Amino acid sequence: MNRRKLTHKILMHVLLVPFLVFAVFPFYHMTLTSLKQNKELYDRTANPLVIRQGPTIDHYTKLLWDTSFLVWTKNSLLVTVLATTLSLVIGTVAAYALARLKFFAVGSLGTAIFVTYLVPTSLLFLPLAQVVNWLGLGDSKWALVVTYPTFLVPFCTWLLMGYFRTVPKEVEECAMVDGATRIQALWRIVLPITVPGLVCAALFAFTLSWNEFIYALTFTSSSEQITASVGVTSELIRGDIYYWGSLMAGAVLASVPIVVLYVFFLDYYVSGLTAGAIK
Amino acid sequence: MAISTVDIAVARRPSLRARISELLDREEWLGPIFVSPALVLLLLLVAYPFCMALYFSVSNAFIGRPSHLIGLRNFINLWQSDAFRQTFQNAFVFCGAAVAAKLVLGISLALLLDQQLWFKRLIRGAVLLPWVIPTALSTLGWWWMFNSLYSVVNWTGLALGIMDPPGPNWLGQKYYAMAAVIIVNIWRGLPFFAITILAGLVAIPKELYEAAEADGAGPVARFWYVTLPLLKGVLAIVVLFSTIFTFSEFNIVFVLTHGGPINSTHLFATLARQVGLETGRIGEGAAISLYLFPVLMIVVWAQLRFVRKQAY
Repeated sequence: MNRRKLTHKILMHVLLVPFLVFAVFPFYHMTLTSLKQNKELYDRTANPLVIRQGPTIDHYTKLLWDTSFLVWTKNSLLVTVLATTLSLVIGTVAAYALARLKFFAVGSLGTAIFVTYLVPTSLLFLPLAQVVNWLGLGDSKWALVVTYPTFLVPFCTWLLMGYFRTVPKEVEECAMVDGATRIQALWRIVLPITVPGLVCAALFAFTLSWNEFIYALTFTSSSEQITASVGVTSELIRGDIYYWGSLMAGAVLASVPIVVLYVFFLDYYVSGLTAGAIK
Repeated sequence: MAISTVDIAVARRPSLRARISELLDREEWLGPIFVSPALVLLLLLVAYPFCMALYFSVSNAFIGRPSHLIGLRNFINLWQSDAFRQTFQNAFVFCGAAVAAKLVLGISLALLLDQQLWFKRLIRGAVLLPWVIPTALSTLGWWWMFNSLYSVVNWTGLALGIMDPPGPNWLGQKYYAMAAVIIVNIWRGLPFFAITILAGLVAIPKELYEAAEADGAGPVARFWYVTLPLLKGVLAIVVLFSTIFTFSEFNIVFVLTHGGPINSTHLFATLARQVGLETGRIGEGAAISLYLFPVLMIVVWAQLRFVRKQAY
């Protein structure tokens, strides 16, 4: 590599540094705060960027044993897994039909799905709260299992339509000429080819429902029913005294499941993020 | 008689099953069957609540009380309330500033990520991180960073000498609070812009740059005459997407400022929640939410023109 190219390359990295600091610093600071002892945490003269007086896991033990954090996490997990599975099944069959089959009003149905994909959750939460009450699901985590698919299904459908279109029609036709029914062809031939798309849709659906906040905040309120993000933001803040250490510990721990998925499936996240917007 | 009924029954059973499987093999039957679960769900939990929102907005609905139609009075009342007029203004300031900043920073970051880099995966992972973590929780982290007594932002600013002691009270002062909310929204939305624009950049054929270079175009000219025109489609889509989701932002404002101080950071969604749930005036709350609808319509219309063109 010649000198000019190397200088250029180093310059590019230097220019990236502010972006990286901006992106990562909040997590660094949250984690750091959650590991600090209170006397250092509330010492205004201490340097907030490092731990000088030794780390502690007190905030974490307090969070796990003195609050209902584990219940909230369990609720989050239940809601997320069920809503993701449900949406993936509904979304897969709908996407296959919309991308592959010719039938009455297929074009306008595809458009309708896309339009609902753009509807923000904050537009409909008030009337949806009434529907949830009528269904007898007021203050229940099951309300979330039922309502999360309203934004997950359009997303999965839209994403998977793109993947189904990339499978050549001939593959399926061959199977059908050999005597398979269309459903068998879908199950045995098309779905195995679209596994990357299904993984991508599942990951995104999981992330979107784990991160969902406004529905969870509106439809559930008692400590046995709320999800992790609602629990941490509402139950850990009591009155005017904030337990910053435990609060940050809660924020860090409740993000862990997503970060783990993210580390293992980074490439899927990258492709899904772009496919969702561009396809 | 008896014999012939049995004959028909025997003859029909396999044929019914055969007919079902034959129907399932026909596109005009299988299609609607496959789409119907999604359709039922969306009619019941999106279209129906939307109609309810329309009804609520023209009624005096109050939690736990029968409601009456009152025409457009909710909308008129809203225009006469300072809180709503402030919110209306906030929404445009917030959305305009955040989307513009995300666009400029997103293009810059995408151009940097498109270079030859060491640790490419690690860098991409770090850039995308804010988008993956639950917003409500990461906003808690920002809340702590903007804390009036222990703000790490101010500590750093003072240490670097770019702020006068004691530094701004971020969440307690009008304009600083809005700035804080916008910063967190930029932080959270930048990965989507950067990664999507990067995908657009990668798709531009390298020969075009070589041709432009051969014609004597410098880096700036190449960006202006090759990159930007070819990126137009992707940029339009990203901006449209981001506009609707920035305009309807809830989580960041709710956690960081609760709309305060004195409504200076309220957006439609947070005000709708406060009016509709905390004070119980669902009719008025629904009317506030519906102000998101015109923006949604414009975005949908524009998206369908761009996206449909590509997809079908």
